[in-house]
Amino acid sequence: MGDTEKAIYSKTTISHRKDLKRSNRLGEFLIEKTIFLIGTTAIIILGLIFYYLVSTGLNVFATVSVSEFFASIGWFPVSSNPKYGTVPLVVGSLMVTMGAILISVPIGIGSAIYISEVAPQKVRTVLKVIIEFLSAVPSVVLGFLGIVVLSNWVRITFSIPTGFTAFTGAILVSLMALPTIISISDDAIAAVPKDYRDASLALGATKWETIRYVLVPAASPGIIAAVMLGVGRAIGETMAVLMVTGNAAQIPDTMFTSVRTMTATIAAEMGDTVRNDTHYFALFAIGSMLLFMTTVINTIADYVVTRGKKGGR
Amino acid sequence: MLKVTISDLNLYYEEFHALKNISLDIEDKEVTALIGPSGCGKSTFLRTINRMNDLIDDVKIEGLVMLEDQDIYNKDVDVAALRRRVGMVFQKPNPFLKSIYENVAYGPRRYGIKAKNQLDEIVERSLKKAAIWEEVEDRLNKPALSLSGGQQQRLCIARALAMEPEVLLMDEPTASLDPIATGRIEELISQLKKDYAIIIVTHSMQQAARISDKTAFFLMGEIVETGKTKEVFTTPKDKRTEDYITGRFG
Amino acid sequence: MGKKFKEKFAFTILALITMCVIIPALFIFSYIIYNGIGTISLEFIFGSPTKGMTEGGIFPAIIGTMSLIVGTIVFALPLGVGTAIYLVEYAKKNVLTKLISLAILNLAGVPSVVYGLFGLGLFVLLLGFGSSILSGSLTLSCLILPIIIKSSEAAIKSVPNIYREASLALGATKWQTIYKIVLPAAMPGIITGAILGIGRAAGETAAILLTVAAFFLPRLPDSIMDQAMVLSYHLYIISSQVPGMPDAIKNGTALVLLGVVGIFFFAATVIRIKYKLANRA
Repeated sequence: MGDTEKAIYSKTTISHRKDLKRSNRLGEFLIEKTIFLIGTTAIIILGLIFYYLVSTGLNVFATVSVSEFFASIGWFPVSSNPKYGTVPLVVGSLMVTMGAILISVPIGIGSAIYISEVAPQKVRTVLKVIIEFLSAVPSVVLGFLGIVVLSNWVRITFSIPTGFTAFTGAILVSLMALPTIISISDDAIAAVPKDYRDASLALGATKWETIRYVLVPAASPGIIAAVMLGVGRAIGETMAVLMVTGNAAQIPDTMFTSVRTMTATIAAEMGDTVRNDTHYFALFAIGSMLLFMTTVINTIADYVVTRGKKGGR
Repeated sequence: MLKVTISDLNLYYEEFHALKNISLDIEDKEVTALIGPSGCGKSTFLRTINRMNDLIDDVKIEGLVMLEDQDIYNKDVDVAALRRRVGMVFQKPNPFLKSIYENVAYGPRRYGIKAKNQLDEIVERSLKKAAIWEEVEDRLNKPALSLSGGQQQRLCIARALAMEPEVLLMDEPTASLDPIATGRIEELISQLKKDYAIIIVTHSMQQAARISDKTAFFLMGEIVETGKTKEVFTTPKDKRTEDYITGRFG
Repeated sequence: MGKKFKEKFAFTILALITMCVIIPALFIFSYIIYNGIGTISLEFIFGSPTKGMTEGGIFPAIIGTMSLIVGTIVFALPLGVGTAIYLVEYAKKNVLTKLISLAILNLAGVPSVVYGLFGLGLFVLLLGFGSSILSGSLTLSCLILPIIIKSSEAAIKSVPNIYREASLALGATKWQTIYKIVLPAAMPGIITGAILGIGRAAGETAAILLTVAAFFLPRLPDSIMDQAMVLSYHLYIISSQVPGMPDAIKNGTALVLLGVVGIFFFAATVIRIKYKLANRA
């Protein structure tokens, strides 16, 4: 560099503090603390949900006995002699959920295998987009179709007096659980190390044998978790079941009668309750039951996945 | 003049004793080469000098690292201020996903320089020092990733120089480059040593021999031998150094 | 039976099974589009409902949904991205971090009607926000928070470490590095997650049933403390709570709702394809 250039370029310099002493880093400190606080939001919200639902719901036992609430079969909250037995609601939820799972588990796992292992690349991309969009369809839209299309089909096909049945709900809910089951199973199958696949194929196994005896067993923790999350999704589903299951709070003898689920009960009745009366508390108590069910299911699913990962490596 | 003094440095990664009793003096305006087989601790050692190992959890460091008369591991040390004085160039060129100009201006901007004319000045000066100005002069606003690998690495050098560091750490800067690009970087290093203390980790014996004034030979986390490059390469004192060098030189 | 035949048989069955998902899905889209498209007109989109909702348009419900979306994202995006930054950049491997991850996972599984109860109890009644856009937005932001956290976390994690190191080695502070280098690089993934979250919020019904939705309010809301009609809730009441509703109105409303959700979904898909992001966040 010539002298003239030096003169021009020496104007702006970055001066270094020779002592390296920490300057005032209040800004950085505050940001770090703020981020930490934000980071705990999820715990706080979940904690608040639990606290608020359970503490409100427990009030129901001031007027309703524990045995009536959990073990009696009459749910008549608005009669002159109100009854708060949740058994029919729990049975209703379980029937719809079981029906949905019976439909969606075989279809979901089969589709996941087809999409991740059999379908050609381009087909796979299209199928995945369709299934993801299915998961984005609002449940109220499915409920709407349930009313205008599916319930009629059920009524006519099975020649029953009403199409608003547990079975109708189960079909709709299975459509909602399917994307969850498919995408998580698909991820689990795709995550099986390539070596396994190659080793099996190199031994002369066909693609199908490889899928059946290597891939699916290796992916089974993920597939189990997928099914459990599907169950969680099905239990919590509200709008579609509210719209198509007929909402009769009775213990049904078949899938082809009307039922009322826990979620539908909350959604349908909450608007008519008076704050802090027994009915209000009872619905919060049902909400707490749902919350416990889904939390247990999700935690177990997570445990299965993490354990599967550790064992697999 | 002594720029960096390392005495009795030990580094543990969880249970693993990665650096053992390292002592080394780094002279200003000289190139010090760190050689040795992979996994011997050269890069880890290099990263203790600008405290990049702080980023890894479970690292414990004992001993003294002095930048001139400052203990850089002292509690009061501002790590950012330290890293402005001790620049670093990485193994793979890692320009930000920004324009050529913004890559060089990044450090000064974070330091607090806002004025456009000052930044222009720093960018031009740094790119000239890194011998890449002529190649990018008319496309400063193009993405840095549009440059070739060798150009990207010189851009990264310019980016480090923009902070006017006193020490330049280079972690195998030519490992991912072709011989021609490597030659240009080596040429540049020889230019830069007039102004900086340079410490370079390299896998190439030839490179160490060509560009360095001093060489330290690392083996299993220890410095086996250190001295003037010529002496280490022609008359190694330690048998292990000799084996390594002759093995490599064939 | 030959091995090859067996394989062909199995693959055919799998393809048929897959059709059991794809055909209903395609049926849903085409039914809604086919039946609803005739109702769509400027008057339907930009008009107010008249004659007990049996005529006129659904503009108040569209505006209600839009206000909710904006309110939701205002709360959920900073909290979600902040949590993701904490988890990827600051959190140590300890019990607290594990608890946070477990909480996020469980939040994602909480039924939406439970969010509705929570929102009713906390925001509407306890905090006194009443049945309002504010209460609904806060409730929905809790609901989509896990979606935003997960996608932002994946996006921030995928930023290669070499960029962080380069920035720190230049004397940038940790926050400067996150703000100037990591977040810009993670932005496509973060935006995708935000859009997916918005789509979810736009279609959500059970959570707003108890916190914001007005049965019939043929005017536009004038503040965030106002109740509002909402598309999803509107579809619910006209299709199952009010007898004698004309099919055209129902079909049109369903199409508009699916269209709103679909726009967000395809926007997210386009960004994902453009930036070659992982298929699911």
